Amino acid sequence: MEIFGIPHQAFLGQLMLGLVNGAFYAMLSLGLAVIFGLLDIVNFAHGALYMVGAFAAWIMLERWGVNYWLALVLAPLVVGVLGVAIERLFLKHLYGLDPLYGLLLTFGLALILEGAFRQQYGVSGQSYPVPELLSGATNLGFMILPNYRAWVVLASIAVCLGTWFLIERTRLGAYLRAGTENAKLVQAFGVNVPLMVMLTYGAGAALAGLAGVLAAPIIQVTPLMGSNLIIVVFAVVVIGGMGSILGSVVTGLGLGVVEGLTRVFYPEASNVVVFVVMVIVLMLRPAGLFGKSA
Amino acid sequence: MKLKTLVASLAIGLGTTAALAQPANNGPVRIGFITDMSSLYADIDGPAGAEMIKWAVQDFGGSVLGRPVEVLTADHQNKADVASSKAREWMDNQNLSMLVGGTSSGTALAMAKVAAEKKRPFISIGAGSSRLTNEDCTPYTVHYAYDTVALAKVAGSALVKAGSKNWYFLTADYAFGHSLENDAATVVKANGGTVAGSVRHPLNASDFSSFLLQAQGSKAQILALANAGGDFTNAMKAAKEFGITKNMKVAGLLVFINDVHSLGLANTEGLQLADSWYWNQDDASRKFAKRFFDKYKRMPSSLQAADYSATTAYLNAVKAVGSTDSDKIMAHLKSVQQNDFYTKGKVRADGRMVHDMYLFQVKGTKESTTPWDYYKTVAKVPGEQAFTSLADSKCSLVKK
Repeated sequence: MEIFGIPHQAFLGQLMLGLVNGAFYAMLSLGLAVIFGLLDIVNFAHGALYMVGAFAAWIMLERWGVNYWLALVLAPLVVGVLGVAIERLFLKHLYGLDPLYGLLLTFGLALILEGAFRQQYGVSGQSYPVPELLSGATNLGFMILPNYRAWVVLASIAVCLGTWFLIERTRLGAYLRAGTENAKLVQAFGVNVPLMVMLTYGAGAALAGLAGVLAAPIIQVTPLMGSNLIIVVFAVVVIGGMGSILGSVVTGLGLGVVEGLTRVFYPEASNVVVFVVMVIVLMLRPAGLFGKSA
Repeated sequence: MKLKTLVASLAIGLGTTAALAQPANNGPVRIGFITDMSSLYADIDGPAGAEMIKWAVQDFGGSVLGRPVEVLTADHQNKADVASSKAREWMDNQNLSMLVGGTSSGTALAMAKVAAEKKRPFISIGAGSSRLTNEDCTPYTVHYAYDTVALAKVAGSALVKAGSKNWYFLTADYAFGHSLENDAATVVKANGGTVAGSVRHPLNASDFSSFLLQAQGSKAQILALANAGGDFTNAMKAAKEFGITKNMKVAGLLVFINDVHSLGLANTEGLQLADSWYWNQDDASRKFAKRFFDKYKRMPSSLQAADYSATTAYLNAVKAVGSTDSDKIMAHLKSVQQNDFYTKGKVRADGRMVHDMYLFQVKGTKESTTPWDYYKTVAKVPGEQAFTSLADSKCSLVKK
């Protein structure tokens, strides 16, 4: 059987891989959407924080023998703390200003972080082994799926659902959303809004760090891994609608699939197809697929 | 008023250009180096490569013909237009005597054009494309370290002869990848093999799983990776993850020692690769490598060794002919034998530096006894066999 001229097995395989990558995009763009939606900051440091997460896991393994599962908890914590520091030191001075300032500041931070790691570790990258428990692969009939990739999909989906639940369905989330609408009023009710904002940025950073740890066994851990990905992830957020959590998750998965299929039919275009989609979506729906027009 | 200012500034502008141009023959001899300083090829050449050129100048004594030697460096960010405009600027305003080109074929082809137009020697080290001394050769280009023909002939023919007849290519989609794929496919077919297909990926691709799944579907025996640096390492890692290495043999057509180091021997054991130099091949190389290691805590790549060697070759030529006259220097370079720790070879009429190439195999974790002890030599291929023969050359400088 053939689908669009390619054997259905290969087609299903590519579809599966697209979902795997898409789950990954979803998790990264989720952090961006949370930070933008709640703090109005276009966080260009997201890619760098993702890279720091991967490096943190690798350094912990090399220096202290910290295993993957522990790193999965510790590395995002480290990146989260770094995020809190960034918010306290720099970002808090920018609230109320044009979002452009935040964009430029975080972009600068990303360059500094990348440069520092490049100076220290070079660009060739470091190898992070796949954890023993998840090594090997499963035969799905139409393709061999490495167990580790399956785990990444499950983990990403769990994280996306958890974040959505936290923000849309809990009291904390309600405070958060209210605080961003009208900080003064919420503060008058005795809620510590600056603390909440700080923790939100920290949590967004931690999400990027977690994605970094998840990616480490799949790709080489290099200072460039963040900048290679960040533009695509931004496109995902823009297509989904800036700040929309549901939008970034759905678009992340969808674009992973679109990109995967492009790699089969016209591989040379796989790097730009995301932007073609972005242009089309923005022409038809300027606020993005799930965005509320202002 | 406005017109006056314009004329005045033009006059000042012209005046300074004249002032710069005049002391050329007794001012400093300037060597320029343009390479990837920050992206995916920065470790195999990059800042350390620039330092090797400076070392070569220092070891030469820091001056030639009584003129100090200066080294200018720049990052081309793998963009051809950045490389050529920087080269042009140096030649127009800094009176550059000679240009060394680092990694990335697109940039090297662009710089070769500028160098030919301005009549300055251009020594390309890290770029792979065989076009530099074939259809795009110029009287001022020297291609020093290796090229895609040599990689294809040395690594490709060995594999085909060992029984791997059916090939599938995973190719980086730019000048270098195309050259490498073409040259390797030619070698495979010439040795009785076949090409099952190929897929081209964008430079700096983040995920190779889709491409590898397509390669797996081809049922070929060899998966040939016609890419380099970060693209090579990520493709190699994914190939291992998806179990491709179980059914197909992976051939890295351009692999540097830095790539093997960063992937680790566990991921690369048994990989066969072609290179022009290995730090652990003889005493002179080990001596150079130790000096490098003391500074960088890693071993030099073949490109970094070649950066040093090529700079020394140029300075020797300047000394021998007694001037920085480009034509005299090119004639000299094409007439003498180079002999140092990196190479024993000679620049041919088409600009190709012909020297021995090696086929190496990556050792297993148990065989490797000291840090960076990664390769064993499978074969030493004489330069005449490794590179395009003059009879096959499409270079217009070759008289037939």
